[in-house]
Amino acid sequence: MSQARQNATYTEFRPRWYRARVSTWWWMGRWSYLKFILREISSVFVAWFVVELLLALNALSTGPQEYSEFQLFLRNPVVVATNVVSLFFVIFHALTWFNLAPKAMAVRVRGKRIPDLWIAGPNYVAWAAVSAIVAWFLLRA
Amino acid sequence: MAKRSNEPILWVLFSAGGVVAAFLIPVLLFLLFLAFPLGWITPPSYHGLLALVRLPITRLALFVLSFFSLFHWAHRFRYTLYDGLQIKHLNQLIFPFCYGGAVVGSVIAGYILWNIG
Repeated sequence: MSQARQNATYTEFRPRWYRARVSTWWWMGRWSYLKFILREISSVFVAWFVVELLLALNALSTGPQEYSEFQLFLRNPVVVATNVVSLFFVIFHALTWFNLAPKAMAVRVRGKRIPDLWIAGPNYVAWAAVSAIVAWFLLRA
Repeated sequence: MAKRSNEPILWVLFSAGGVVAAFLIPVLLFLLFLAFPLGWITPPSYHGLLALVRLPITRLALFVLSFFSLFHWAHRFRYTLYDGLQIKHLNQLIFPFCYGGAVVGSVIAGYILWNIG
């Protein structure tokens, strides 16, 4: 926006650019806009999870002493609160991602779009199955 | 010939990251970072967990998860900054921060997973 303003030169035929100013807080006005921004911000918590996972793996790799110290870190109230918020956001990411799948994959059978649930549904089933398998491996470890 | 955009590659990384993150992160986050340390569920022993992580297939899965999730973050966060805060003119700062961060994170993930033991 600022670039366009800098480059704009005054001519008789194009006196100046018209660009409606959009507030920085435009996404606060409506629930669907806010939901969009929350969905986008979920990526920050995805990155936080990776950082935490790498810290955990590093502690695990270093030795039992470091690993139990890392468990203490995970019991710190600030870290617990961060992880609770992160869990909310990563679940929000998963739900919005699976709900988007039917819109990204427009499958037609005999010229008609198949119902959204036929694409979102198997994703939810697969999500439950993958979660159960991961949990099973972790619990029997 | 017009210069090809590298946007499609970045988008594919973002998209693949979205899938692996949606399937794997909720369960891993809940168990490893809430339920186990807080004692809601009996945690696995140190040696059991180490044995599981040492398996080549686990290391590969964790690397794939970290790599794609980081690029998912990079792409989505970049556009959050562009759209949410309207600071596209800071692209020269935002672009290397996001994708550079993902590259550095992936290298660290590879290093840790390669040397576990």
